[in-house]
Amino acid sequence: MADSFFRGITRLAALLVLALMAGILLVLLVQAWPAFHRFGWHFFSGTQWDPVTNQFSALASIFGTLVTSLIAIIIAVPVSFGIALFITELAPAWLRRPVSTAIELLAAIPSIIYGMWGLFVFAPVFSEYAQPWITDHIGNWPLVGVLFQGPPMGIGVFTAGLILAIMVIPFISAVMRDVFDLVPTVLKESAYGVGCTTWEVVWNVVLPYTRVGVVGGIMLGLGRALGETMAVTFIIGNSHDISRSLFMAGNTISSTLANEFTEAVGPIYTSSLIALGLILFFITFVVLGLAKLMLLRMGTREGRKS
Amino acid sequence: MRSPGGKSAIENPKLSINQLNFYYGRFQALRDINMDIAERQVTAFIGPSGCGKSTLLRALNRIYGLYPDQRATGAIMLDGRNILDRDQDLNYLRAKIGMVFQKPTPFPMSVFENIAFGVRLYERLSRMKMQERVEWALRKAALWEEVKDKLHQGGTRLSGGQQQRLCIARAIAVKPEIMLLDEPASALDPLSTLKIEELIAELKTDYTIVIVTHNMQQAARVSDYTAFMYLGSLVEYADTSTLFTNPARKQTEDYITGRYG
Repeated sequence: MADSFFRGITRLAALLVLALMAGILLVLLVQAWPAFHRFGWHFFSGTQWDPVTNQFSALASIFGTLVTSLIAIIIAVPVSFGIALFITELAPAWLRRPVSTAIELLAAIPSIIYGMWGLFVFAPVFSEYAQPWITDHIGNWPLVGVLFQGPPMGIGVFTAGLILAIMVIPFISAVMRDVFDLVPTVLKESAYGVGCTTWEVVWNVVLPYTRVGVVGGIMLGLGRALGETMAVTFIIGNSHDISRSLFMAGNTISSTLANEFTEAVGPIYTSSLIALGLILFFITFVVLGLAKLMLLRMGTREGRKS
Repeated sequence: MRSPGGKSAIENPKLSINQLNFYYGRFQALRDINMDIAERQVTAFIGPSGCGKSTLLRALNRIYGLYPDQRATGAIMLDGRNILDRDQDLNYLRAKIGMVFQKPTPFPMSVFENIAFGVRLYERLSRMKMQERVEWALRKAALWEEVKDKLHQGGTRLSGGQQQRLCIARAIAVKPEIMLLDEPASALDPLSTLKIEELIAELKTDYTIVIVTHNMQQAARVSDYTAFMYLGSLVEYADTSTLFTNPARKQTEDYITGRYG
């Protein structure tokens, strides 16, 4: 009797998750429908965002979301790998705890603090010292040069990606550190035993052994970066443009939502914003789905069930 | 030939251990070990748990150096050099001295890669030569027939006994001179154990083998020389038949007759 009661309660709790998920999706779909209906496929491909003429399309926001997250991951992954590697393999025992704790504390800082720091401290310094140098030295390179041109404003897509990187480093490096710690000592010893250097042990044994967890950690960071709102809103510049240069202002889905929800007048404006939210929902969903698929395929290639 | 606790009368030793002391932090795990290890023979270290036999083995390729609180004093001479010297090239040392652990530790890669990986650290081989080397090592480890169709499967999918022979093949593949085996069969079933023991007998024609075992019968079966250790000291070291049939020390006799340990 008590058992079946308990089973019922837990089942209810589990079903609640599905119900919430379905409910959120349903509300987003229903409310986004007017925008999709009005603008059609153009909503995804257009770059116009004009509240005055009631013309809305999402490409600039989608672009900004993906680019800032990509920048964040490109910067954060190697740094996090270095941090985790240092903590687990190289740091003297007395330094492990302080570094670990500092990383975890970074994760506890509210994102708005990062945004303020980015806007008031980092951006001015960046525009004063780093940006002119980068534009002068990399801005004329073929292919990549165009990414680093333009006036040194401090804020912009690149700065947002950089701040996002700082924000996701604690997550990625904490996961990496935890999974690196799970590698059996004998496995590492036997790799050292055939004459590997620390780097060879980590690259050839530790990383393959933990790759499921490592990719999971990266995806966790990517998920956080895609959805991050406040810090990005502070420093991305909030313009509905797609610029070639990463130094120019842009926006992301979540920064658009944060900026404009309060001033959204008229049903089509609101509906367009909700449609943006729905798109973010899907992007995150696809990222997680791809992550699962990747892990599955790596598992079968390695020849074991995952 | 008998030398309780002291230098043995081994001619042309491969390794020569002099006044070796070993510490885990403040705890002294080995005391004044002196022994020579014969070339192309099997030397077994036996003794009760905690006697220091594994510690001694781990000193021979300096694997203990991964842990900052572990240190050794004294000398272990290999080809006229003290391998405990600070400037000893550890990667070179470990190419010369292979090690196999108690539990099988295949790397998270295919059977082929498990072996090729170690070889690549030291040699640049063409694809053909590498395939030959992998096959050679697997044949040496008596594993080729069982895995020749599974070379590109994950090494972790083999059975425990096969995994351990894979680890032996991996150690052989870099052509070491000495092989250190740390209770290589203790996690295996009797049939796999038998295979490993047969393998050891074959390998000693090419390699100097040092094996740690808690199984006295195994030591008696596979080794030419046996060292009995107790509480961090080398109690008795002799050729295996002498040590087991006519031990010089009472402690040794008590241990091999099963009175303690």
